[in-house]
Amino acid sequence: MSNLQAPRGGAKEQSGLRYPANGKTIYHRPLNRAKTAELSGASFAYLFSEMVSYASKKIESIQDLEKRLNVQGHPIGLKLLDLLLYREPARSQTRPLNIITLLHFIKINVWQHLFGQAADGLEKSSDPSKPDEYMIIDNEPLVNRYISVPRDMSQLNCAAYVAGIIEGVCDGAAFPARVTAHSVGKQEEGEMWPGRTVFLVKFAPEVMERETFLGKG
Amino acid sequence: MSYYFVIVGTQDNPLFEHEFGTSKAGGDGQARFPDQARHMNQFIVHSSLDIVEEVQWGGTGQMYLKCVDRFFNSYVSCFLTGGNVKFMLLHQPPSSAVSSTGGAANPRSSTSTIATNPTSPQTEEAVRSFMLEVYESWVKAIMSPFYHVNMEVRSPVFRQRVAAAGRKYL
Repeated sequence: MSNLQAPRGGAKEQSGLRYPANGKTIYHRPLNRAKTAELSGASFAYLFSEMVSYASKKIESIQDLEKRLNVQGHPIGLKLLDLLLYREPARSQTRPLNIITLLHFIKINVWQHLFGQAADGLEKSSDPSKPDEYMIIDNEPLVNRYISVPRDMSQLNCAAYVAGIIEGVCDGAAFPARVTAHSVGKQEEGEMWPGRTVFLVKFAPEVMERETFLGKG
Repeated sequence: MSYYFVIVGTQDNPLFEHEFGTSKAGGDGQARFPDQARHMNQFIVHSSLDIVEEVQWGGTGQMYLKCVDRFFNSYVSCFLTGGNVKFMLLHQPPSSAVSSTGGAANPRSSTSTIATNPTSPQTEEAVRSFMLEVYESWVKAIMSPFYHVNMEVRSPVFRQRVAAAGRKYL
């Protein structure tokens, strides 16, 4: 190790912090990026396949695997929330205060940032006994593009990773929720969107309580 | 004017603390809290968190909540990030009670509008600029893949950035 720590300026050595060779830390890099800057889909698909196979080691059930993918996505959501709010123009740089603004932020801003397009749908559960459930719909999730699910794991949807990101955004904004991914596309001939996925967002009871309270006030 | 800046996490836990003084109008950037009251700053800011939680769901969801609380001669301004992390700034203008310990710096700094009136629009604007600059550094800090929510920020570079923002605006 000692040969890695080449002698450098005294002040830097005292702090115990090792700077990169060009002296630029994370704080020197700009947070804004050009609209066209996109990552290669192939490298993402490769990385994601490794993430899925890593998560599928020593699992007991499909739920277990989905849970692990969810956990991998969660911190990304937490970070994205503040990053995307920071990039908003000053006028609309506001914290989401109710469920609708939060979900709208996810549908438009988060999806646009991650996948280059808005989500295909946002719906409230039609079941009157479940007012705390909302659905974000993606006809063809980017993460599932090169994933074929084996027949014996038919309940698996690897978009659980994206569900984790959504959950991170919700948790970060103080709207604790459980988010799960469900495949709803029919595997029939001539089906337009066989990979159609619904992200079911179920908010915690305290969120619903606050929502009704704020709605009255 | 003396400032005490603290970043408070989602569990009301302090993540970062910094004390500084005004650099405007000949100030030397040193905090001049009276010795017998300095330890009160943390209590004052902590008690203001209740007010922040009261006002955070009202209004339009602006991040900068302006001056939220006041305790005698201490004013507390707040900036709330999207991730519910609170930037709290306690500012204390030099008062007659302080001037006995404050020494020669006080008559000079009292010429500045920021120093004399903590609730004036100029002060609010200066604090907003300060908070926005800290927010930029904060987003960069949390973007680190090794940063987990509610972790203390120890980076000396982050501290430098906060101090620089304080020198620039306050």
